[in-house]
Amino acid sequence: MKTTQSGTGIREKVLDLSSLTGAARFRAAFVDLREGINLLPLAVTLGWLDIKMRYRGSILGPFWMTITTAVMVAALGVLYAELFGIVLKDYLPFLALSLVLWGYISTLITEAASVFSLQSKLITAARMPFSMFATQAIIRNFLVLAHNAVVVLGVFLIFHIVPHKIWLIVPALALWSLDSLAILLCLGVVGARFRDIPPIVGSLLQVFFFITPIIWRPELVGALSGWLLLDPLYPLIAIIRAPLLGESLPRLIWEAALAHSAVLVVIATLVFARFRARIAYWV
Amino acid sequence: MTRVSVDRLCLQFPVYHAENRTLKRSMAHAVASRTGQRVGSVLVEDARQRVTVDVLKEISFSLRSGERLGLVGGNGAGKTTLLRALAGIYEPVSGRVCVRGEIGTLLDTQLGMNMELTGAENVRLRCLFHGVGQAETRAILQNVSDFAELGDFLALPVKTYSSGMLVRLAFGLATAITPDVLFMDEWILAGDITFLAKARKRIEALVQKSDVLVMSSHQPEIIRQWCTRLIWLDKGQIRMDGPTDVVLDAYLQG
Repeated sequence: MKTTQSGTGIREKVLDLSSLTGAARFRAAFVDLREGINLLPLAVTLGWLDIKMRYRGSILGPFWMTITTAVMVAALGVLYAELFGIVLKDYLPFLALSLVLWGYISTLITEAASVFSLQSKLITAARMPFSMFATQAIIRNFLVLAHNAVVVLGVFLIFHIVPHKIWLIVPALALWSLDSLAILLCLGVVGARFRDIPPIVGSLLQVFFFITPIIWRPELVGALSGWLLLDPLYPLIAIIRAPLLGESLPRLIWEAALAHSAVLVVIATLVFARFRARIAYWV
Repeated sequence: MTRVSVDRLCLQFPVYHAENRTLKRSMAHAVASRTGQRVGSVLVEDARQRVTVDVLKEISFSLRSGERLGLVGGNGAGKTTLLRALAGIYEPVSGRVCVRGEIGTLLDTQLGMNMELTGAENVRLRCLFHGVGQAETRAILQNVSDFAELGDFLALPVKTYSSGMLVRLAFGLATAITPDVLFMDEWILAGDITFLAKARKRIEALVQKSDVLVMSSHQPEIIRQWCTRLIWLDKGQIRMDGPTDVVLDAYLQG
C-alpha cells in the first residue's frame, strides 16, 4: 500500500496489490511494520482492553496477577533458599526478579505461536497491518510485567537492594522489545501454517525454564558457564537482572545477547517477508 | 476517475485438511526429496498432493466513481473471496488489484467487532484504527448511535445484541467513517424492511459523494434497486458483466 498525491492535492490512499517477488516482498514487509507502528495508539488501547476484559467483573482486576506472583515468589523463595542452602536475603530478590522476567518471556513466546491464528476473525474482516497484532501482544505483556514488577519492588525494598548502573536497563528493554517483535512475527507466521507449533513451543519452554538460570544462580554451573551463553534466554535475562540487582555484568553477556538477537531478527525478517501475504490464506 | 481496477486476478486457496497441514507431513516430504527415498509411502504421497482450489480465475474489470456493482452467482462462485481480494485481505496469487481511496468493509459476520466490548468501545476502536481525532470520534459516535437506534445498548457488550442490532451498529459504523469504496457481503442486507430503507438512503448519500459500492446478494429485488452494474460469477470466472437488468435477467433464467 502506498499513499500518493492525487490531482486535487489531497493525499489519497491507494491500495495496489500484486504478487510480489524478491526485494518487493521486503519492501511490503517494511510497509506493514511502518503501518503497524503508526497504529500504536490502537495497539495500546487493544492491549489494555485485553487485560481489562480478562478481569472484567473481578474485584481486584489485573492485580490478581500481582498477588499470584507474590504467592509464587514467597513459596518458591523459601523452599529453594533452603534447598540450595542460600541465605533468603541473597536469594529472594534474585528469584522474584527472575520469575517476573521469565513470566514475560514465556507468555510472549507461547502467545507468539498463535498470535495470527487467534485473530483470524479480524484478519478476514478488513485489511490490517499484521505487525499491529504483534505490537498489541508486546504492549499487553509489558502491562502484565508492570503489574508483576510491584512484587519485585516490594522484595527489593524489604531486602534493601540497591541497583547498579540502572540506566543499562534502557538499552536492555529496547532489545527486549525488538526481540519480542521478531519472535511474534516469526513464530506467528509459522504457527499460522503449522498447527503443531504451539504445543512444540510449550514443551520447549518448559525445558528452557529449567536449563536457564532462573531459579538457580548462573555461578552454580562453574566450568560449564561458557555453554550457558548458547542458551539465548540467559543473556537476555541477565542484561536486565544484573543492573537491577546491583551486580556487575561481563561484557561478554551483552555481546551474546546482541548476537542471539541479530540471528533472531534476520530469521524473522526472512520468514515474515516471505510469507506475510500468505497469512490471510492460512488463518 | 477509476476507483477500482482489477487485472487478471487469480486466487488459489491451499487446502490444508488435517492430513497434510501438520509439520510431520512437511518434514517427511522435505527429508524424502533430499534423500530421494521414501520415508513412508503414505506420508510422501499425501504431502505431494498439495491440494489447491482455484477460487478466482482471470478476473478483470474496473469501476469508476459513482458505480454500484453487484456480484451474483451461486454458492461457492467466489463472491466473498472476490470482495476480500478487493479489500486487500487476500493478496493476489497472480494479477493485480488497485483500489483508490479509503476502504470500508462489511464482510465478516462479526464485522471485525469485539463481542466482549461495548458498542461504544467498538466505535472508538474503529476510529483509532482509521486515525480519527477525538472531536470527530465523538461526532461519529453520535452519528452511529442516531442511525443504529441502540440507545442505552451502546454501553452494553456487543454479545448481548440481537443480530439486527449488530448489523445496524456495524452498518452505521462502516458508513459513518465515510469510506470512498465500500465492500459489502450478502448477509448484511438480512435486516428488516425499515432498516433496508434507512440503509439505502445512507448508501445513496454515500454514492452521491462519488463513491463506489461493491456488494454481493442473492436477493434479486435488492440488486435491482441498489446496483447500476452486475457481474455474474461462475466457478471463479466472470460469466457476464453489464447493466443490472440485462445481467440479472440472464442470471435468473440460468
